[in-house]
Order: sequence, then structure tokens, then C-alpha cells
Amino acid sequence: MRQTQPRLRAAFSLGVTALLVIGLIASQWLLGDSPQQMQFNARLAPPGVDHWLGTDALGRELWARTLAGLALSFWVGCLAALLSTLIALSLAAIATLSARLDALVSLLIDTLLSVPHLILLMLIAFALGGGTQAVIIAVAVTHWPSLARVLRAELWQLRQAPYVRISRALGKSRWFVLHGHLLPHLIPHCLVGALLLFPHAILHEAALTFLGFGLSPSQPAIGVLLADAMRYLSGGYWWLGVFPGLGLLLMVLGFKRLSSHLRRAL
Amino acid sequence: MRLITPIAKRLARLALVLLCVALVSYGLMMASPIDPIDAYLGPQMAQVSPEQRALIAQRWGFDESPAVQFGHWLRQLVSGDLGWSHVYNQPVSEVIGQRFQRSIALLGSAWLLSALVGFSLGVVAGAKEGSKLDNIISTYAFITASTPAFWMAILAVLLFSVTLGWTPTCCAGPAGALNQEVTLATRLHHLLLPVATLALLGIANITLHTRTRMLELMRSDVATHAFAQGASRLDVAWRHGLRHASLPAITLAFASLGELFGGSILIEQVFAYPGLGQATVAAGLRSDVPLLLGIALFTALFVSVGNMIADSLYGVIDPRIKPGGL
Repeated sequence: MRQTQPRLRAAFSLGVTALLVIGLIASQWLLGDSPQQMQFNARLAPPGVDHWLGTDALGRELWARTLAGLALSFWVGCLAALLSTLIALSLAAIATLSARLDALVSLLIDTLLSVPHLILLMLIAFALGGGTQAVIIAVAVTHWPSLARVLRAELWQLRQAPYVRISRALGKSRWFVLHGHLLPHLIPHCLVGALLLFPHAILHEAALTFLGFGLSPSQPAIGVLLADAMRYLSGGYWWLGVFPGLGLLLMVLGFKRLSSHLRRAL
Repeated sequence: MRLITPIAKRLARLALVLLCVALVSYGLMMASPIDPIDAYLGPQMAQVSPEQRALIAQRWGFDESPAVQFGHWLRQLVSGDLGWSHVYNQPVSEVIGQRFQRSIALLGSAWLLSALVGFSLGVVAGAKEGSKLDNIISTYAFITASTPAFWMAILAVLLFSVTLGWTPTCCAGPAGALNQEVTLATRLHHLLLPVATLALLGIANITLHTRTRMLELMRSDVATHAFAQGASRLDVAWRHGLRHASLPAITLAFASLGELFGGSILIEQVFAYPGLGQATVAAGLRSDVPLLLGIALFTALFVSVGNMIADSLYGVIDPRIKPGGL
């Protein structure tokens, strides 16, 4: 009974996640500019009936800001994960073309893996001058190695498969084999890979923004909210520090569950 | 000879990787839109004439091509000179040395703690698969593995420092006290919460990994045979499991040094702990290029040596893996 369920579970998990994401995006459309609206008569109000999750030092509603931050995280994470998967796929494909290119790609992987992720992220964000674009590129450029390794191993194995060797023997070109035979095999790997990258991407985006290298402080990103909260911690304004992080954690957990269900189903 | 060749190969690889790190990070710094002279001058920028700027640029060698500048920098690097940090007004090597001394207390104790606790939890969870204890441990590890490090630190400050008042909220010692006056007990008191937070984050990975290894063993023929002879689950876990799971755990601990360091940057930032992580953030935000480059190289060395130890351990203990053949 339990053996037949993975696909059902994956579909259910996918449905729930999709619904939540659609809700998140729709909420941004409905909220308009309320995440930035200041109410000077309700500064640092604790959570309650009037202010669901409380307000910050400028009287801005924390629930609206947290939702807006999660939506920002979602978009940044999506773009970064997609870009990263593309990089992984192209480099894995390049690596299978010749032994010399393979050595080059693995040197690149070793180089990237030898610097702590966060420092590399900071260096890249610094080089690009900060901002949303810089964060997306920085996260994309640092997260591809693990997926590239998986894809590369898969490609090396596929190359030895009889049908690929026959195709080569029949005189098909390398590029034909690559995109006619090999790529269709890799699509599921890429999908799961991108989904696995996504939680890492949003966590690193938030960390980078928290340190001041990411999204600009005027945007209601989760990292910005938590960096703001740092100033009010010792005053006992706990809600500023708790809720944005909780939102991020729930989002990460949701996507991790989805990817583990999908991996089991595929 | 059989032992020396792979080691020499590894060292050569290490040197090559470090050279690549130097090249990549130097390239990134050159690409940055932030002008190093502006960053150096700071608010005094307006008082400096274009002629004086040109003089500074010439003195620093900015009028030469990037390749020549990289050559200069590399030559100085080899002779041990990492340059001057304008944020701390000290040579970069001194800043890194002093800061690392503080960070190593944080990193080292968190590392040991997370390896020991993570391993024990993983063994217990894996040995009693499906039990209530296993569920609790697995859920805990799954959740902490997804928690943003800096948020965990914020929660820790809120709970233990602000609400309960057990630990200080910041820094490596009382504000305003001189370095010599701070006693060891005060230092440890300030270190307690950052270490606990950093360790808590590292535990998750090692626990999950060790648990998988234990499950593997518990379903293997070795375990079935032992069970058939009347051994209990605990017997098997103790006699076979520990050996089976300990190597991967040690390897993972060495291989995750980079992640540990990344976590320490965030945690030092939250606790305002004056270690290498905080210096990294300051260098980045205030465009201290020599310091940033120095830290990138230093951490790359630190992480690469960790990775190298992890690879070698596998080769030494598990003879099925050929030395140097990875």
C-alpha cells in the first residue's frame, strides 16, 4: 500500500505548495504598498487583534512585510535556482566533450568549493555592486557545483550505454547525441536539482541581505527585516525577530518536503 | 614512494586551487564598481584634488594594466606581504592573525561539539529506527538543517540573553574592558551562546548522515547474521555500527569546515563577536580590498586543507578507495 503512494504524495505536496505560492503572489497584488505604509500612532505595537504580527519602529505592519519578504525571496530563489541549473547543465555537458575540458571544469568546481560559500557570495556581490541582480547572480554562480557533479557522473555513465554507442557508431555527431539522447535523460535530474537548490538559494539570499551585501535596505526582504530587528532585540520587541525568520523557515521546510517527495516519485 | 606520490599530487593540486582562488577573487575585486581610492579616502574625498588622486593611483600602481597589478600582488603575496588594511589600519596578516585567534575558540569548540553530539544522536536514531526517539531526533535535525543560522542566533539572544538574562548579548568581553583585564571565566561566559548556536546548526548534518549510515548497516547481512546469533540491536550498534558510521562522520566534519566558517560569519555578526567573520563583513561593507582578498585566500587554505584531510582519511581507512584516485 505504502509502495504505490509516492506519486500520489508528490502530487499532493506539489498541489499544496503551488497553492501556497499562488496565494503568496496574489497577496502581493492585493496588498499593494501596505508593506511600506507607516502608521506613526502604532509604532512597535505588539502582536494582537489590530496588528496581527505587530508593527516595526515606523509602524509598518509586520505581517504584510513578512509576506512581501517571502514573495521577494521566492522570486530571487526561483531565478537563482533556474540560472544555477542552467550553468550546471552546460558545464556538465562541456565536461563530457573532452578530457581536457573535464579537467578544467573540475578545477573550477574545486576552486568554488574551496572558498566558504558565504565569502564567495560576498565577493561576487561586492564585485557586482550589490542589489537584487547581484544577489541572483551571486547565488546562481556559487550553487551549481553539486548538481554539475551529479549531471556529469550521469553523463559519463550514459555515454557508455549501448544505444548511445550505436548512435555514435552510426556516425551521429557529438552534439546530436548530446541533445537527442542525453539531455532527455537529464531533465528529471535537473528538475529535482533545481528544487533542491531552491531552499539553499533563499537561505543564502537572506543571509547575504542580512549582512548588508544583498537587497537594498529599502526593500522588505526577510534579511532586511531581521537586520532591522537586531537593533530592537534588547528592548524586548521579540516579534520583529521571530516572525520573519519563522516565515522563511516554513517556506524552506515546505520546499524541502516537496523535493524529497518528488525525488522519491521520479 | 607509494605514500609520497599521492601526497605530492594533493599538495600540487592544493597550490593550483589556491592560485585559481587568488585569480578569481582578484578578478572579482577588479570588476567591482567601487573605486578603491574613494573607499580609502572616505569622507575626505571632497578635499582631494584630481592631481592628488592621480598621484595616489600612481603610487598604488593603479595606472598599470590589471595583469601587471595582479603580478605585483602575487609577488608580494609569495613574499608574505598581504598588504595594508585601511579599515583596521594594520597589515592584513596581523588583522587576520589576531581575529583568527578569537574565532578559533568559537570555531574549534563548536566544531568538536557538533561532531560529538551529532554523531551520538545519529547512532542512537539509526540504531532504533522508527522509535519515538528516532522520530524526535530526525525531526529536530531536519528542522535545524533548514533554519537560517542568523535567525537561530537571534532567537538564542532573545531567549537566553534578553528574556532569561543568563548570558551577555554581545562581544567577547564586557564593554570598555581592556583585553588583559578580562578573566577566562568572563571570556567563556561570552563565548557560551555563540558556540552553542553554531554547534546546534552543525549537529543536524552529521546526525542525518550518521543515521543513514546506521540504517544501512542495520539492514545489511552483517547485522542479520548478528541478530540470528542472538545479538540485540544495541549490541550490533555498539560492535558494528560505531565503526561503520564513524569514518563518514569524521570525513563529513572535515569537509564541512567551509559551512562552519560561513555560519560563524553570521553568528559573529549577531553576537558582535570580534572575530574573523566580523572583520570579513567590515572589509566587504567598507571596501577594504586587501583585507577581503587576504581573508578569501586564508579561508580557502583552511577549507582546502579540511577537504584534503577528509579525502585522505577515506583513502587511509578504506582500502577499497585507491589513494589519489578521486
